Amino acid sequence: MSKKHVVSATINGDEVEFLCEARDTLLDALRNSLGMTGTKEGCSNGNCGACTVIMNGQPVVSCLVLAMEAEGANLETIEGVACGSELNEIQSAFLEGAALQCGICTPGIIMQAKSLLAANPDPSEQEIRFCLSGNLCRCTGYDKIVRAVQAAAAKKRSVAS
Amino acid sequence: MHAFEYQAPTKLADALALLAQHHGAAKPLAGGTDLIDQMRTGRYSPSLIVDIKKLDELNVLAVADSGLRIGAAVPCHRIKSNVQIQQDYAALYDSSQIIGGWQIQSRASLGGNLCNSGPAGDSIPSMMVLGGACVIAGSNGQREIPVEQFCTGPGKNVLQPGELLVEIRFPRPVARTGSHYRRMIPRNEMDIAVVGVAACVTLNESGDQFADAKIGLAAVAPTPLLATKVSEAIVGQPVNDTTMQNAAEVAKSIVKPITDMRGTAEYRSHVTGVLVKRVLQAAVVRAKGEILDYVPGH
Repeated sequence: MSKKHVVSATINGDEVEFLCEARDTLLDALRNSLGMTGTKEGCSNGNCGACTVIMNGQPVVSCLVLAMEAEGANLETIEGVACGSELNEIQSAFLEGAALQCGICTPGIIMQAKSLLAANPDPSEQEIRFCLSGNLCRCTGYDKIVRAVQAAAAKKRSVAS
Repeated sequence: MHAFEYQAPTKLADALALLAQHHGAAKPLAGGTDLIDQMRTGRYSPSLIVDIKKLDELNVLAVADSGLRIGAAVPCHRIKSNVQIQQDYAALYDSSQIIGGWQIQSRASLGGNLCNSGPAGDSIPSMMVLGGACVIAGSNGQREIPVEQFCTGPGKNVLQPGELLVEIRFPRPVARTGSHYRRMIPRNEMDIAVVGVAACVTLNESGDQFADAKIGLAAVAPTPLLATKVSEAIVGQPVNDTTMQNAAEVAKSIVKPITDMRGTAEYRSHVTGVLVKRVLQAAVVRAKGEILDYVPGH
């Protein structure tokens, strides 16, 4: 049995402590130590983006981050996207546009889209596709996903203005 | 993943001491986008991971009159979003925005790309053509070697056990210099280069002759390659189609590609020629101070 370490981080605004082994990935810690199973495991090697979370303002694939690296980090996961029972614009747009089939890729795509819209409130279709290139949808519903991100961006801009 | 220990020192001397104590059984961790996957698949099983992201020296990103310094742990997203790099070291910008997707660019570093020493490393030809030098620290002090001498074979490099790549330094480009990197992949993004080509060219005062030219090639030899023979075919020649076509032919004659799932040796040679010409044309556009109309994958 390997030694367990305590890691302190801020997750979705809350200060959290969790136990992990040095070999645990951030994805392991989120799902197993913290029971936050909204973040999905897809390929486990950084190709599919299903496990995307936002770490210190940048999207990362949590399967390629060691849990120990999260010490002191500010993390955002899918669980923190909605405000209580009120869905975020991106979540609403995915629901309204039926931009998901099996849904395994959806939390990662929403976190990635959230990063994009924070950096670029009015992305072109090409910019959305480039930004989402690290997120694979096995059901291949890409057009609806892109349209949902466009709709969310428009909604967000209209609320902001 | 196998069990290992994790340390995140805040002083370079402490990191070097940890690496030295473990005699090569410790691995430095920057973005981890190669290393963590390689540990998962069992290719590497270090007993200690030394997280180097808390070392100031490895987080330097400084553009000055003397040139550019990029700490070995600086992630691609910081490089691609730096306006001075976009302007004066554009090939580094080109590479940094196509290594993996955004999630990978949030973590992956140029130092890691070098130390992984893959023949298809997308940033390595760009670092070569921009005259990059690797600053390496060890228990006996620091040494500096040109980027083109760093990789020695697939997955192999000059680092001795206990040594750490600290930063990569680049001279400031002279006037009328432009650079570019692009690669051929079957999809638009998120793939490993079938062939990658970087070029950095300097034009003469009237802009009709190549005063200097460097070409870097990826995925066509056991290591990324600085193609000095191609430079010889370009320098002093007029900026025209004949010169660039000739450069493409010379490049094709010096590459030693393999046949694998990404392409045959013959195909890679052909693509080398096509890309050398296109990348030279693009570098010339930038050397003239014009905006290059280029979207990766299109």
